[in-house]
Order: sequence, then C-alpha cells, then structure tokens
Amino acid sequence: MPKVGAVRIAGFERGAPVTISVDGQIVKAQTGEMLAASLLAVGIYRLRSSPTAGTSRGAFCLMGVCQECLVRIDSQLRQACLTTVRDGLVVTLASHDRVTG
Amino acid sequence: MTASQDLIVIGAGPAGSSAALTAARHGLSVALIDDAMAVGGQVYRAPANGLDVPPSKRDADFHTGEDLRHALGQSNVDWKPGRMVWSVASGYTVSAVGPAGVEDYEAPRLIAATGAHERVVPFPGWTLPGVIGLAAATILLKSQGMIPGRRVVVAGCGPLLIAVTAKIVAAGGQVAAIVNLDGPSDWLRALPRMARRPRLLMRGAGWVLDIARARIPIYFRHSITEAQGSECIETIAIGPVDRWGAPTGSSSHLLDADMLVVGHGLVPGAEIPRLLGAKMVYESDRGGWIPAVDDVGRTSVMGLFAAGDGAGIRGAEPAALLGTLAGLAAARDAGRLGQGAYEKSTAAMRTQLASYQPFTNAVGDMMALRTRQVAAIGPSTVVCRCEDITRAGIDAAARDGALDVNQLKHFTRCGMGPCQGRMCGDVAGELLAQALGVPRAAVGYWTGRPPLRPIPLEDLIGTFTYGDLPIPKPAPL
Repeated sequence: MPKVGAVRIAGFERGAPVTISVDGQIVKAQTGEMLAASLLAVGIYRLRSSPTAGTSRGAFCLMGVCQECLVRIDSQLRQACLTTVRDGLVVTLASHDRVTG
Repeated sequence: MTASQDLIVIGAGPAGSSAALTAARHGLSVALIDDAMAVGGQVYRAPANGLDVPPSKRDADFHTGEDLRHALGQSNVDWKPGRMVWSVASGYTVSAVGPAGVEDYEAPRLIAATGAHERVVPFPGWTLPGVIGLAAATILLKSQGMIPGRRVVVAGCGPLLIAVTAKIVAAGGQVAAIVNLDGPSDWLRALPRMARRPRLLMRGAGWVLDIARARIPIYFRHSITEAQGSECIETIAIGPVDRWGAPTGSSSHLLDADMLVVGHGLVPGAEIPRLLGAKMVYESDRGGWIPAVDDVGRTSVMGLFAAGDGAGIRGAEPAALLGTLAGLAAARDAGRLGQGAYEKSTAAMRTQLASYQPFTNAVGDMMALRTRQVAAIGPSTVVCRCEDITRAGIDAAARDGALDVNQLKHFTRCGMGPCQGRMCGDVAGELLAQALGVPRAAVGYWTGRPPLRPIPLEDLIGTFTYGDLPIPKPAPL
C-alpha cells in the first residue's frame, strides 16, 4: 500500500480488478475507472514535466480541460482523465517528452 | 459522416440535457454531443462504468443525474457520447472526433451548453502534482468512489469548499484543514440571500454540521501562501488575508498533506460563442467573459443559443431552467411550438428562475475573481501552467506595450499552450488590466479558434499508407 494517494471508498461494487503497465511497472486498477484516478490511488502523482521549465506535473482538473495529465497510450498522447482503464493497458508516462523548449 | 438535425446541443450537463429533452418533446430532431460517456455533466456526473454506488451513499445529485439519464434514454434525442467537438462552423456544422472516428453534424440552430471549468488563482507550488481543483475532487468522489487523498487540505472559497469537505468526511476520509478566503461574517452576509432557497441552504447547513462534528480545523480569512514538496505535495504554508483576499502577513501555519484540493470559483466555458463571433460581455459575478444573451439564451449570432454555466455561472438548477428555455425557443424558431404555448411555458420557467436570483447572486459574489488576491501574486509565480509564464513575464509584456490579452499571448506565449488559455485566461487578463491601469473589459478575451480542443492529428486523418496517397499523372514531356 502506498503512503499517499486517493483511497477507494469501502462498500462500492467496482469493475473487475485488472493490471495495467505504467512505465513497465505492473499496477493494480479496476476496469472502467478513470486512468488518472487509478494512478492517484497507487500514489503515482507525477505524470510528466512541463515542456519549458521541466517542472513536475500531474492530474489537475480531471475534466479534460487542463491537459496536465497527458500520458502515452500506444505511443499516442492521451489525457489520463478521459481514458478508461481496461486490462493490460500499457501506459508510458510523458515525463521525458519535450515538446518545445 | 454527416448527420442533419433540427438542433444540435453541445454539452450534456443540466442545461444541455434539459434543452435537448425539451426540444425533442416538441418534435425536433436533436443531436446531443458530449465528450463524456454518460449524461450529467460534472455536477450530475455518472459513476464510472462498473462502479455501483451503495444506496446509503446516494445523494440528491446522484438521483437527479440518474433521473436525467433515464429521461434521455426514454427520449428521441440522438445521444452522442464520447465525442470531442473540435470545430463549429456557422450555419451550423459541428465537427467532432469520437469512437467511430471523424463526424460532422449539421443543423440550422445550435445550443452551446458547455458548462464551466475551475478557476485557481496561482500561488507558488500550485503546479505540483497532488494539487487538484475542488471540482476535480467532486469528480473523484462522485464518479470514481474515491477520497482524493489520505490527508487532504481543502482550500479556496465558495460553497464547493463545504460540499467537498463534507463528502470526504461522509466517506470516512481525513480532512486536515479547511483554508477559507472568507470569514464567518462573509458567510453570514450571504446567508439571508441563500435562505431564499431553503432546500439548498438546509443541505449546506447539514454539511456544516458534519464538518463541525468531525472537528476539522477551519482557517477563516486564510489562503495558501505556498505548496511545497520535491516531486509532489508534502507541506502547505498558509497565511491570513483581508476580506478582499490580499495577504496581511507572512505564513502563519504549516500543514502536512498528501493532497491539496483548491478552487477560487468557476470560469464559464464560452469558447463556442467566441469562435462564432457572438457579442461577449464581462460580468465578474457571473465568472467573467460570457456571451450576451436574451432571456431565453439567444446570442447575437442568428440561431446560436448559450445556456447554463457556460453563459454565466448560476449553478445546476438554474442551468436546467435556462436549458429548458433555450429548448423552447429553438422549438419556437423551428415552427414546432405556437406563440401561445411558447409564452405560457416560458413564463413558468422565468418565474422559477427569478426565485433563484438572490441565492445565485450570493454564490456568484463568493465565487467571483478577487482582484486584490490577483494583485498579490508574486513575480516568480507561474500563471500560465502550459507555457510556464510567470507574473513577471506578464508584467514585462505590459511594459513592452501589450494592450490586450491577444497581444499578451503573442508577446509571451501565455495562453498558447494545450489548455488554450482556459486555466490562466481569467487571471492573466486581470493581471494585464491591473498592470495597464485599465478596466478589465478593455484587455478583451482570447480570440476563439479551432481546434477547440487539442486532438491528435492521427484521429483526424485516420490511418493510411503511401499507396493511399493520390499521385497525379506526370505531365507529358
């Protein structure tokens, strides 16, 4: 169990437990969850660096507006807050991407 | 693929879904488009697929959302979930990207019900992972069944502060502290107007009681001075502020937390009216720049309506009424509703709407941008998250002659990043107006341009190989 992060509230029936890969690390999640939430629940906060100053960034608005939770799924940039978890999802954090600079 | 309808509604929150239901009930063919997979918007957001909320945890918003989704399911509305609208051309053609690829929708009239997004007035460290918005926290609680963190600090202003804290407490989570820009006297001042909606006030009173019972420390008239941590949030420094949100001293307390939930009101998402050249007005107690609309949501552009929080922050229940009004007006314009019936139905809506006015104004005052809080932003604080533009960068652009926000954007790249100025726009505009010493409206608003949301180019062009490229026949020698 991570010491930080979002906590699943007890008493909810949830999607089937699955595993996803995050930068090669196997992470537990539940089918149907928002990827950004699943990552917060295992204490993965940092998703990328800002392109110019290179500071750490993570999910911020969770409603598809701020674009801070961009990750790579099948090599394409996707918003983790608009991505639904499914078994075997392969996520690469965009931490090392540099778009401008 | 192109689909023709009598009406297109963009946004399936309370305003958009009410508008679509009303118009469909009067016989219009309606396409309702949203980027989410279920109707409800953010306020009535549906639980994630596979998540079953136990009966004991179903609140009023949950039931309203379920009722709305049920009504939509029973209606003739052509519900188009999971579609990202990236362009709207006058006339109207709406271009979207969704599960089935690229789609165009056509209709002679359009209702933009695109809701609002969070305003966070910048402070040092607000870009750290582990700092999220108040609305973001409600999404985790409602749609994911998650408490945002192990030890949460809830900060900012307005009723969401209380709602989020109460929901975390009810879920068994730990709120380390509430840091509220307002003081008890500010809440008391708002109370008489809030009491005009007793049901909403009682719900708020219940939340306050839950918070008191949980013995959560409340720092009134305080704000975040800095969020600290190496890779993500660890410590939060807070300090006292005056009644206008300006700091009155240095940091007074340090709070440990693994999640900071913060929000300073909401900003209307009025990109579509802006893109289509609708007349815009600046109203700080409605969240900032909003399209000028008549009492049924008609903008200055023929056939374009705006309804709900995207046309001025008023909250979920008034948004549903405004959506219904726009739906009635669209039905009237389409010749499906006689003048008599139209006047009778709209009069009933207007009466209901008027009863919300004092409540809406009280909440609007609490959630408006506090100009002295903006004035106190430090020079090295990042304002534009996407492009890492600091307050000093904005001030320098003002000195260099930037006269409006679009020039500011050209000079500095502020607002040019992937969020397209949604997160920084309101504060950047205020900073520029203050630096130039002009009224806020004088520095204008970002010009609306497609794409309305960044979308991968692959989604637009699909997959193809070299063989698919048309190669013209070589000209004869």
